[in-house]
Amino acid sequence: MAVLAVLAAMFIHLLVTNEAFNWSFMVDRMFRPPIIEGLLRGTVLMTVTAMVIGVTLGVVIAVMRLSENPILRGVAWLYTWFFRAVPRLVLLAVFGNIGILWSRIEFGVPFDTQLGQLFGIDNLQLRLFGFSSRDILTGFMAGLLGLALSEAAYMAEIVRAGIQSVDQGQTEAAQALGMSRGQLLRRVVLPQAMRVIIPPTGNETIAMLKDTSLLLYVPVSVELFFQLDAVGKRTFQIFPMYVAACLWYLFLTSILLVGQYFLERHFGKGYGTAGRARLRLRGMAAEAGGNPGEVKP
Amino acid sequence: MTELAIPGQAGAPAAESDLMVRAEQVHKSFGSIEVLKGIDLEVRPGEVACLLGPSGSGKSTFLRCINHLEKINAGRIWVDGELIGYRERGGKLHEMREKEVAAQRRSIGMVFQRFNLFPHKTALENVTEAPLLVRKEKRAEVRDRAAALLERVGLGDRLHSYPSQLSGGQQQRVAIARALAMQPKLMLFDEPTSALDPELVGEVLDVMKDLARDGMTMIVVTHEIGFAREVGDSLVFMDGGVVVERGNPREVIADPKHERTKAFLAKVL
Repeated sequence: MAVLAVLAAMFIHLLVTNEAFNWSFMVDRMFRPPIIEGLLRGTVLMTVTAMVIGVTLGVVIAVMRLSENPILRGVAWLYTWFFRAVPRLVLLAVFGNIGILWSRIEFGVPFDTQLGQLFGIDNLQLRLFGFSSRDILTGFMAGLLGLALSEAAYMAEIVRAGIQSVDQGQTEAAQALGMSRGQLLRRVVLPQAMRVIIPPTGNETIAMLKDTSLLLYVPVSVELFFQLDAVGKRTFQIFPMYVAACLWYLFLTSILLVGQYFLERHFGKGYGTAGRARLRLRGMAAEAGGNPGEVKP
Repeated sequence: MTELAIPGQAGAPAAESDLMVRAEQVHKSFGSIEVLKGIDLEVRPGEVACLLGPSGSGKSTFLRCINHLEKINAGRIWVDGELIGYRERGGKLHEMREKEVAAQRRSIGMVFQRFNLFPHKTALENVTEAPLLVRKEKRAEVRDRAAALLERVGLGDRLHSYPSQLSGGQQQRVAIARALAMQPKLMLFDEPTSALDPELVGEVLDVMKDLARDGMTMIVVTHEIGFAREVGDSLVFMDGGVVVERGNPREVIADPKHERTKAFLAKVL
């Protein structure tokens, strides 16, 4: 205890006396409008959108992965393999510079020029619409694409584990009632898988919030860490601004942790420690050919 | 599927259209293990057929073939004149698409050994789920019918209980009500009382007896010899993937002809 107290006192002494922290400068700068805008758009909005897309796409990929169709299964496997194998930072750098590959992205009949030549028409153009990649695939959109696609791969694995955790008897009961695969997934399997899916999804959200700082490498300028880093480099007060970044991320993740606590409590209803023990007991009793009898909630 | 006229057989004892279930030389293998080695079965409407046999005899597997929860490797199964799970074209069988199989299953109710109620739904919601979702019926009508069914199985006061709040016997009775809510013409029971405490077996059997008295066609895989004797119209004894003996339950139980039937009955009686 005494040792801990001394160590804590030494740490506070360091925080207060070391000039390099420059607390007043940090507090003055960390609430400036560009930083708040970066926090709201680049960090909070980006986290929310990337997670929404990531979870939705992740469910689709998980269902594909568990499908009986080998092509769908293969595509899903390839997708998760690629996006889990490439580090997020590298992925973001790639998406940020994808404009180098195509300056314009257009939709229309594929291989139109080549086909035209086949029929003797020079420079045939069958494009329906297009846009400059510099308008779309820079900054926010490139960052969002990188984070969301990568997140979908991780979410797909989480959702797959959740679906597989649901007893096979549930699927059979639903099939015996004449439900189609889509109906039984939506109404029977996924609601039960949620209990397994929610906690790691909370962790993924927190990880995503922190990973928005990687957008520095796209680059996305309207983003918390980009702004703090820029202020630090411009004013040569690098360390105070990094401390500000730590404090901001601590604050934001703490809010999410509270949210996660309540979310887990909600979805764990009736499945608490007592509930789990009860289920285990019933399972064992059923296997032994018996039954624990009337169980009150 | 009206084009699936059943090939006529000269000298067949009953006209096939009179049968609720007809199985012909059903074979089923899991990998290299053959669990069904050519099963024949005929069940008339309103009949209660009991499948008896030691564990691993293939009786549950055969039951699961009747609503195509298991694919069969050879043979044919008709329910109410309709070929199950396959379409016959040019003398060849083609497996049906998932949607068509689902449509066939709607008129076949099934009750499982481990109940398999939906744990995130109340008793009432378990019963109303399929009629609402699959048959797109009106909510008010389904609700009334479901409440009446739960009343009939003696659970009129537990409509809003979750499965985890019900005993095994109560859960199984909800499961029976859930299957009946689809107004099936055939009910399959897969060892419905095997996971129950002895004192809870009676309440489930009572519901099944009531159902049999009402004229429901039932195929029951069971170890309850008493039920087979009292309620069964026919008894099929299976062992090692084949039908060893069949006949009137009272006669077979009182005077089994085959050695294996004798040995089995001696153990369970």
